[in-house]
Amino acid sequence: MSILQADNLKRFYTVKTGLNQKTTVKALNGASFSLEAGKTLAVVGESGCGKSTLARLLTFIEEPTEGNMVVGGQSLADMSDSTIKEMRQQVQMVFQDPYGSLNPRKTVGSILEEPLIINRQMSASERRKKVAAMLEKVGLRAEHVRRYPHMFSGGQRQRIAIARAMMLEPKIIVADEPVSALDVSIQAQVLNLMMDLQAETGVSYVFISHGLSVVEHIADNVMVMYFGHPVEVAPKAQLFTDPKHPYTQALLSATPFVDPTYRAKQIKISGELPSPLNPPSGCAFHKRCPLATASCREQSPELRALKDGRQIACFEAADF
Amino acid sequence: MTNPLLHIEDLSVQFGSFTAVENLSLKLELGEILGIVGESGSGKSVTMLALMGLIAYPGKITAKKLEFNGKDLLSISAKERRSLIGKDMSMIFQEPMTSLNPSYTVGFQISEALKVHEGGSRRARYKRCVELLEQVGIPDPTKRLKAFPHQLSGGMCQRIMIAMAIACNPKLLIADEPTTALDVTIQAQIIELLQSLQRDQGMTLIMITHDMGVVAQCADRVNVMYAGQLVEDRAAEKLFSEPNHPYTSALLSALPERSKGKNRLPTIPGIVPGPLDRPVGCLFSPRCFAVQEQCSGNRPPLELDSDGATRCFYPLRAEVIKSTELKSEIEGVDHQHDLEKTEGWA
Repeated sequence: MSILQADNLKRFYTVKTGLNQKTTVKALNGASFSLEAGKTLAVVGESGCGKSTLARLLTFIEEPTEGNMVVGGQSLADMSDSTIKEMRQQVQMVFQDPYGSLNPRKTVGSILEEPLIINRQMSASERRKKVAAMLEKVGLRAEHVRRYPHMFSGGQRQRIAIARAMMLEPKIIVADEPVSALDVSIQAQVLNLMMDLQAETGVSYVFISHGLSVVEHIADNVMVMYFGHPVEVAPKAQLFTDPKHPYTQALLSATPFVDPTYRAKQIKISGELPSPLNPPSGCAFHKRCPLATASCREQSPELRALKDGRQIACFEAADF
Repeated sequence: MTNPLLHIEDLSVQFGSFTAVENLSLKLELGEILGIVGESGSGKSVTMLALMGLIAYPGKITAKKLEFNGKDLLSISAKERRSLIGKDMSMIFQEPMTSLNPSYTVGFQISEALKVHEGGSRRARYKRCVELLEQVGIPDPTKRLKAFPHQLSGGMCQRIMIAMAIACNPKLLIADEPTTALDVTIQAQIIELLQSLQRDQGMTLIMITHDMGVVAQCADRVNVMYAGQLVEDRAAEKLFSEPNHPYTSALLSALPERSKGKNRLPTIPGIVPGPLDRPVGCLFSPRCFAVQEQCSGNRPPLELDSDGATRCFYPLRAEVIKSTELKSEIEGVDHQHDLEKTEGWA
């Protein structure tokens, strides 16, 4: 059963470019996907591709400019303000930087207690019990409740951040680059924890990352984004063994391989992401794409399904 | 070349009672690419800052030998050092956006290095700047020279940093996490640029990084650092295929790429020891899967072996291990470790 269904989500921002000039920046330009309960959808892309904007829409921090999403059977279009408030409990977030996302002046106990104080009718002793249980669950000890965030290492803080997100037993956790600030050995611990929690509670993850190796480990489905558009949505195995979109191919081959004997043979893409203030015509990728034709310069490709079930936004890709 | 380009022997850097780098030795020939890997706090950046003379007062540098290109860096005057740094030895820093001065154009900042070290007319310097920007792959160089750092993207700024560093054709280029702040496609471009520059100009390149993938892609030789000590020194291919130190081995197996298809990743329990909780014995012993009695009481020395060096009493590989029984014992521990210690927490 799908727990989250996004349909053509768009988010535009208006920015000032001069005294009396305004331009619309299309940070997210039509994302459609679905997330099954208990599964992980990874969102991959370079900076500026709209990953974090998507996270803000999914967590009800911002409203989409266009499009709709259905969370746990309820459609965003039908929600009143008070239902949105309730729905926020269902979708929690883990942020990238565990040094910035925990209030340094609060103890771990009060950080974890806060969502319960706001959203649940519980006595203080019940709350304390729940906090202690959650700390054990994420691999910390119950006596850590009185400590402050600065007394923990980066990996432990990320565990606290995950515990905070889990306090209200959400259906979905949106994790925005949860391990990219951590060292390799710590990263493995946090990934294991996230997978354990998923197996135990059946929570779904939207896992935002730019590290493809991490995604290959944790994801069930992968959505590759470029410049606000999803360019390929596919199950993990398909995407990693046989990427179809030229950008996915380039992204995979640009990721350094941890084996000195397999150097080079990279598909290189030159250039950088286009400026959002001055978007290119047609397909956003055509200036860097090795397959670009005249039609790519004029028309923007829509997501379409291929025979093997994956979705791809490219005119040329299926031909080879 | 008879003398190595860079010769460091027993370099230590101390901040008060905390030893950030301990007895590090390193020899580097002209034209080599050395990768230095380690987790945060392992002392990799501090080593290079010490080499560049960028450790300020409370930090104390001691060494038996710190020679670059035949010059003793410990005894030279500040003036001599200034004439060396930025010319024969230069550095690229991690964050291109914050390493460039926001109030000057990038053209000014590149020509500053040229002005100090090479002199020459303004026109000649301008020509050289344009040439440098072309070399690092920046389109439309004459226009870009007038740009301020905030007008350029992260990748472009890193290219400017590289142009600045190679302006005077250095013999040694130190790149401190040159790609960490960049996206993967840009990272691939920058790594390729550094490699081609190294090839064309025959310079020596030191790549400091925490990314095993980056090292695997470009280094000839790899030094692995842990808590201020060099723990393993080996040719890149050998290090990745047959790591000899338990830390290297554990670090490699913690990479998601190395455990495809497995549900759980093997982890290293615990965290890197901080300044106050360094163990008495081997620094890695509290987290090590092959730990023995001797490890917790004594610090192992860095021992040379057939193709590198390892700082461990019980290295993993067969030819360096003294008795065969010991090896089977360690392997036994290894398997157990996978089951037991994956439950460990940070």
